[in-house]
Order: sequence, then structure tokens, then C-alpha cells
Amino acid sequence: MITILETSALNTVQDLGRPGYRDLGVGTSGVMDPLALQVGNILLGNEVDDACIELQTYPFALRFDAATSFVVTGIDAVIELDGLTILPWMVATAAAGQELRVGPPRKGARGYICVTGGIEVPVVLGSRSTQLRGGFGGLDGRPLEAGDTLEITGAPPEVSGYGALPPTTVLDTVAGQDDSKLIHLRAMTATDYGLFTPEAQERLWNTQWRITPQSNRVGYRLTGEPLELRHRVELRSYGVVAGIVQVPPAGEPIVQLADANTVGGYPRIATVIEADLWRLAQARIGTRIQLHECSFEQGVAAMRPVNAYLDDLRMMVAHYRASARRRTGVKSGDKA
Amino acid sequence: MKNDVERDTGAAPAISMIGTRAMLFEAPGDFTMAHQRRIWALMDAARARPDVRELIPGVTNLMLVFSAPPASPEAVAEWLRHAWDTLPERHIEGRLFEIGVRYGGALGEDLAAVCAHAGLPPQEVISIHHGSEYTVCAIGSAPGFGYLHGLDPRIATPRKTVPSLNMQAGTVIIGGMQAGISALTGPNGWNSIGYTELRLFDPDRQPPALFAVGDRIRFYPESIEL
Repeated sequence: MITILETSALNTVQDLGRPGYRDLGVGTSGVMDPLALQVGNILLGNEVDDACIELQTYPFALRFDAATSFVVTGIDAVIELDGLTILPWMVATAAAGQELRVGPPRKGARGYICVTGGIEVPVVLGSRSTQLRGGFGGLDGRPLEAGDTLEITGAPPEVSGYGALPPTTVLDTVAGQDDSKLIHLRAMTATDYGLFTPEAQERLWNTQWRITPQSNRVGYRLTGEPLELRHRVELRSYGVVAGIVQVPPAGEPIVQLADANTVGGYPRIATVIEADLWRLAQARIGTRIQLHECSFEQGVAAMRPVNAYLDDLRMMVAHYRASARRRTGVKSGDKA
Repeated sequence: MKNDVERDTGAAPAISMIGTRAMLFEAPGDFTMAHQRRIWALMDAARARPDVRELIPGVTNLMLVFSAPPASPEAVAEWLRHAWDTLPERHIEGRLFEIGVRYGGALGEDLAAVCAHAGLPPQEVISIHHGSEYTVCAIGSAPGFGYLHGLDPRIATPRKTVPSLNMQAGTVIIGGMQAGISALTGPNGWNSIGYTELRLFDPDRQPPALFAVGDRIRFYPESIEL
């Protein structure tokens, strides 16, 4: 079991999301940074979809009431286990009673606390993800509070002391590396691109859009010189996916994210490609983003380095865990 | 290939990619039940495709979410165009819901804006609203929210420029040519004209959504506060 000792608003239990219920109006939810959760689960030998604690506000502290291996991914921050420093993206082992504390990130925005076997909350409509708008999933459909307890059912700790290179150091963007003030994202033009004035089309790609405080898991509101339509339109409601860039009448775009509505009605100018959504998840309020136009083929190709990064990690972890087992004389196939 | 597989304003459907794993099919022409029934038929046919992971029917449109980016979006678009041209309409014998509405008041505060837009007095807007029978065209936006067809064009009112920040679940609303009942409490850009106690979604209920595509709805005034 895990006991939450200290938390503030909007930290929730999430997995890779709740596909399959969009036709009932139920959004996918799930972690904002699916890459960080997958890294955590691979490092721990978990199922790819095991649930974690997603941190959006800090500091956060918990107590492990049973021994477990764990890893914190997504951010670079001061992380301490009973006061001793733990590196992010590295597997560590906690004994029963030890306390984990995660401070505000130096890099990134959303931290992921993954444990062996995942966080055991009930599966609702096929997922453990918290659906905050609907008020279900996760822990009673709400953010975590101090005093909450979460079940963990993973096997006792195996090996630790190994980790992953963070994706930011491995994966280049279209414009090289991001810095903490400006994030480069690739986007494809979307359905209503042609409804915008040529100036607006030009401005979409040339503006450094700033992420406003009116941003959350539903979407990021961006600010910059407004994008104008050739003429006002009233669109019929249509399906929405994460990454879609909508432009409400005021002209400042919104990028829909993990908690997006399933259906929307504002003109769509572009879609941030799937391969870059994790970068957006780690962008803080106030960060500027620059969109770069890409084709369908470029968007598809952009997933290759992401998948290669995960595949390499999977292979490395399998080798390391197997050799560690041999060293300690544990037969492969033994659960412990 | 361009991201827009096809974007035509004529009589042909418009088909476009939304990122690498979603494709939007938009029917040409007006928002009619005939068109919506053809969208339902298309949805049924698309469900059999092995590359389709999720389908999101909208209002005279359909979004296909693929499990992986399609090798040839053009080929999928061609399949959709052919299916659209050849499939018969899908008729659904839905259930009838009769729903009492408390028109006006604090929870229907945009009634005045609808009246101003329509150029009609409130009593008439209300009687036009409950005089029609509505059909649930699609479920979406929020868990269990039904998009209703059947709004009288005389009271169609564009979505608000500044959305309400905290509209109550159960608010009876109008957004353009679409009618509905809000399913969750939260921000909403549609015009509120009244309120009902109905609960549209419960994850522990089977099925969780109260309305299904094809269901019919009649409103009646429980009270009117002007």
C-alpha cells in the first residue's frame, strides 16, 4: 500500500487511457506524457498500461507501506527517499515505511511515479485513469489528497540501480533540441486550415505562441496575435483527438490534450503530431511553442525514433534484469 | 500527399486527416436526418474495418481513429466515398423520452439572447422549443451528451463568443442548429434556455449513457420563469 502524505491540486492516478468509449462521449484521459509512463513501466518490467501517479503540482510526498521498486520519470527534480537523493528515470527500491518526496521540477512539468505492478485502483470502463470531468476512474474520480491510500500488488523488489536516458536527451526535434523557453512541435494542417486568411495561415507557423495559465489536462490555451477566418463559420460538431489545434472566435488557439472533449465545434487549423505530444505535456505555463508544418508522411516517420527509443530500452532492461538475476542466483522465470 | 485527402465544397463528401491516426468524413449538404442516417450506416460499415480502433459519429460527420497510421489514406478515403454512395440509410427505432423543462430563470439565462437573435418573444421561443420532436444524432463532447436534431431554424442561435464558465449539468441548451442537454457541470459555449433534473451519464450503469443514437426526445414545460 501507498499512503499520500502531502499533495496539492490535480495529482491523479492515470494509465495509458480509456479508448473505446468516445462514442458515449467519454474522452480517453490517460497520462499527458505517454512516453514517460511507458519508460517507467518498461524499467520496472510492468505491463505497458500499468497505472501510475501523475504529478502536476509539487511538492508531493508519499509513504511506501510495503517494499517495492519504483521510478520517477517525466521530470528532473529533487527526489528523496527518506532524505537520500534518488535520480529521476532510475529504478530504486524502497523498504516498507520509507517516504518518497518529489520537489518542483527543474526540467519538465509532469512527473510520473511508477511502482512495480502498477497502482491498483478499480478498472472503470476499461481503464484506471482518472476522468476528472466525469468524476470517475482513478481514486473515486478525483485528485489525490493527503491521507489517501493506494493499493499496490507488485511482486517484492527485484533489481534496481539502472535507468533510462530521458527522451529529451535522445530525441531531436525538427529544429534540433528544445530549450526550456521555446519548444518546437511539428503539426499537420487540419480540416479548416483553408478557412483562415493567408495572413493567419502564415502567422500560425511564424508566431512563438505562449502557453497561458488557462491551460490544463483538457488543453493548452495559447496566446499570440489572433488568427482570423476569411468569414465567420458555424461548424457542426465533430470528433476531437489529442493534438488538434482549434481556434475559438477570439482567434487564440487551443491545443486539445489528454482530457479533451470527444467532440468539438471550433474551426481546426492544425494538429500537433502524436510523436511530439509528450513534449507539449512537459511544457510549462509561460513556455513558448513554435509550430513547424509537416506532411502526413513526415508525421508518420516521426514516430520511428520514438518507438526505437522504447524498443532499445526494452532490450536493455531485459538484458540487465536477466544478468542481475544470474548474478544473484535467482533462476529466470522465478517471479522474485 | 497533402494532409487534406479531399476538401471539396461541392456535393462530394469532404475527407481530411486529423493528425496521422484520425480521418474525418464530412457529409455534403444540410444537417438532415437522412444524412445522419447515412452517417450511421457508414459507422456500421467502418466498424468492420480491422484498421479502425474507434469511431466518433458527429453531426453529419464521422471520425475514424486508426490503430496505426493508414498506409494509404487515399485508399481509406476512396473506400469511404464508395460506402457513402452505395449504403442505404440506417433507420434506428429509438426509445421516446419525455422530458420536463424548467424554462428561463437563472439556469436558462441565455433565453433573452435567443429571443433577441430570433426576434421572438420568450413565450414563443419556448413553445417552438417544446413543439418539436428531437432525435439523438450523436453522443459526445461530454460523457452521455446527446446532439439533438430537430431544432426549429427560427430559434437556432450561434454559440456564445464567451462561454459560460460553470454551466450546470442538466441545462437545456441551443448551439447553432443543434439542441441538447448539458451532461456535466463546467464551461459551455451553448445558449442556456432551461433546466432538467435528468442524469445523462453514470459509469456504473449499463449502458452508462442514458441516450443512444436514434432515441427521440420531446420536451414539455414544467415551469416557466421570465
